[in-house]
Amino acid sequence: MSVETPDVLVVGAGPAGLAAADAARRAGAQVVLLDAAGDAGGQYWRHLPAERPAADERVLHHGWDKFTALRGQELLTDAQVWLAERHDDRPPTLHVLVGPADGNERTPRTFAPKALVLATGAYERTLPFPGWDLPGVFTAGAAQALAKAERIAVGRRVLVAGAGPFLLPVASSLLRTGAGVVGVFEANGWSRLRKAWTARPAELLSTRHKAGELAGYVRDLARNRIPYRTGTAVIAAHGTDRVTAVTVARLDPEWAPVPGTERRLDVDAVCVSHGFVPRTELAVSAGCGLDAYGAVVTDENGRTSVPGVYAAGEITGIGGADLALAEGVIAGLAAANAATTSAASTSAAGTANVGVTEEQRRARRDNQRFADRLERAHGIRPGWAGWLGDDTVVCRCEEVTAGDLKAGAAATGSRGLRSLKLSTRAGLGVCQGRVCGRTVEELLHRHTGGLLDPGRTASRPLAAFVRMGELAAANHPEESA
Amino acid sequence: MRVIVVGAGIVGAAVARELARAGAEVIVLDRSASAGGTSAAGEGNLLVSDKGPGAELDLALRSLALWQGLLPEIAESFPSIEYEAKGGLVVATTEAGAAALRAFAATQRTAGVESSEVNGLDHEPDLNPEHTAAVLYPQDAQVQPAIATEALLADARRHGATVRQGVEALGPLRSGDRLTGVITSAGPLAADHVVVAAGPWSGEVSERLGVTLPVRPRRGTILVTTRMRPRIRHKVYDADYVGAVGSNDASLQTSSVVESTAAGTVLIGSSRERRGFDESIEARVLSAVAAKALVLFPFLSGVAVMRAYGGFRPFVPDHLPVIGPDPRLTGLWHATGHEGAGIVLSTATGELLTDLMVGRPPTLDPAAFAVDRPTLLPHLQPA
Repeated sequence: MSVETPDVLVVGAGPAGLAAADAARRAGAQVVLLDAAGDAGGQYWRHLPAERPAADERVLHHGWDKFTALRGQELLTDAQVWLAERHDDRPPTLHVLVGPADGNERTPRTFAPKALVLATGAYERTLPFPGWDLPGVFTAGAAQALAKAERIAVGRRVLVAGAGPFLLPVASSLLRTGAGVVGVFEANGWSRLRKAWTARPAELLSTRHKAGELAGYVRDLARNRIPYRTGTAVIAAHGTDRVTAVTVARLDPEWAPVPGTERRLDVDAVCVSHGFVPRTELAVSAGCGLDAYGAVVTDENGRTSVPGVYAAGEITGIGGADLALAEGVIAGLAAANAATTSAASTSAAGTANVGVTEEQRRARRDNQRFADRLERAHGIRPGWAGWLGDDTVVCRCEEVTAGDLKAGAAATGSRGLRSLKLSTRAGLGVCQGRVCGRTVEELLHRHTGGLLDPGRTASRPLAAFVRMGELAAANHPEESA
Repeated sequence: MRVIVVGAGIVGAAVARELARAGAEVIVLDRSASAGGTSAAGEGNLLVSDKGPGAELDLALRSLALWQGLLPEIAESFPSIEYEAKGGLVVATTEAGAAALRAFAATQRTAGVESSEVNGLDHEPDLNPEHTAAVLYPQDAQVQPAIATEALLADARRHGATVRQGVEALGPLRSGDRLTGVITSAGPLAADHVVVAAGPWSGEVSERLGVTLPVRPRRGTILVTTRMRPRIRHKVYDADYVGAVGSNDASLQTSSVVESTAAGTVLIGSSRERRGFDESIEARVLSAVAAKALVLFPFLSGVAVMRAYGGFRPFVPDHLPVIGPDPRLTGLWHATGHEGAGIVLSTATGELLTDLMVGRPPTLDPAAFAVDRPTLLPHLQPA
């Protein structure tokens, strides 16, 4: 099999990847843009499939016109990168299977791009609580996806809860599909929200359209008389076959439930989201450095710690679509510049002009400030573990409870995440820690007095499932050893 | 008597446990966490089937007996170490391979390894019917190696040992010609004896303490499938495995080892390649491992692999563990170089080293594992 060597390979066709590919193409680079899904848009611009288009996509999506402008690009769909082979001095070699994931006829392709832009987005983070594994409890992202891509309402009495501005568009999407929403509960209290969002108001001017977006969602809530409560969380879901009620409670500023404030609400569905985790499998395999939050470290041109590898969007830190677009443009231009000029001139580049305008840089900076506020206002606080019971399942694939983690740490005395994962089986199931990894790590960190090998739940050398037959057939000589 | 054991993997754990039970004051150091290196990266093989007559086989047979004996002692209040005496089925896929396998099994029988040639399909219904010979080894068994390591450490602690994780050995404490302890990242630590049980990192630790020991990493890669209904009953491997284990070749070698775990996943190994501590996972290696496994079990073709991981085996040029005192530096001991057999060999290693240290008559002849044995002597000079 031949190894393809495009100037720029962009992985992920959400806002960041689309913007990066578009910018790199405009700069004259030969670009391959691929995505594991069947169409462009990522999670943000998730929409009905082309064969059943909807008239009202513009209503459901912010920036739909922007998407329409970007989506016309050539895109390799159903393309699953399953392995990034690290080279350290240059971009990794990417092994890709192309075709429907459930089909038997996926075509292997191998890319050794001159420059690589990783725009792989984020996973949703949902904190566990008693009953969160009942049918009828959805991640907010799943509910949003059902609303956007299937127009399915998840219930008639739906509670939306968790943290972050994402809860608002989810509630809005639910309303538009005809679901009844009984409330939107934000874990953080007004004082933290106010402090983060009202400091240095001038900074927010350039991103004020976001405030407009949020105001629109709030109007939706008001029009439908839906309460928006702060400092409140779902701390348990109840039901036998599916959720029929939840317990909600007030939280203190560290997210610990305040005793005596519990009350029960009848619901038929719950949508929860507590934030996002950068989706960094490929970046980790490629050797890119991560920051303390597990996001890929980049410079102002989107360059990672590996020469020729760039990153944009949520994998560099959770900041929303506007920041992703701004970062995508810059990373795309920088990647194109690096790939199409000689090695000698780029090695001295440093902060050299890579064709990025001052306006594009400002867009990135302004949106970065917005992202920082997001974390200050809505970031997860440690008190949440207070609503766990010993029998609360933490790792759903392997049915490992919070009590199992505590007992495993106590019995072994180990301070090793790797060892404790193996002895408790937390994070070893089919999700490979994508759902529970951060939570397992945080809990074990507390039980052990500090893990000595943290971050391992982010290391997944196999970025996707591959059938044994496909692996065996992937045997081909490397272009170089 | 105070003993420092450097390394909280399976060998360090077994040594610490044996010494603590013999009354020594034991301190286990590891620069990272317990069971986080080689012991967490293997399959948990307790094999005799892959060893020919000789010192290593004797150590393995003694180890198996010790494993069975210690199970009740470490079983209480602990996650199961998933010990399973499932037996090994070694399969040849060519006529030449079949003849070699039969001859090998015959020589093993003279040394106490039970085996019988069987109809492979009677024991593994999903085995490739095209195979040319199958030999069943009932003594082969399996444990979950990380849990087994933790269980041995926990038992060592019950007998007074302390385990200090995140403490790195930096250099020697010396008094004249004698090693009297270790300078660690947490300060100096005095001891009567220091045991290096740092697996593939033993060469580096020995260097820091002042001697050369030719232990090098030999990389391996394992695939893990999603859970499925149990269809593989034994530890099944192709007869090429024996040749690959004993090889000195640095280049990539693969042979197939396939087995189900208690969790319902299937582990598929294994590759052997010497290229330093390079952790990268490569498509060519995964592909070669998968292709070999499909020769044994064609039905695996449609099974999804969800994880791949690599690890480093402690490789010694003459393929024998190094167990015993270092004649070049009084106070220094080694328990390392077990390559891919450290899980099974850990127990008898702990016993033998303790025999020598406390002056008990050794159960096995220690000469074959001595640091200055003739086959290792040429490698003891600084490179």
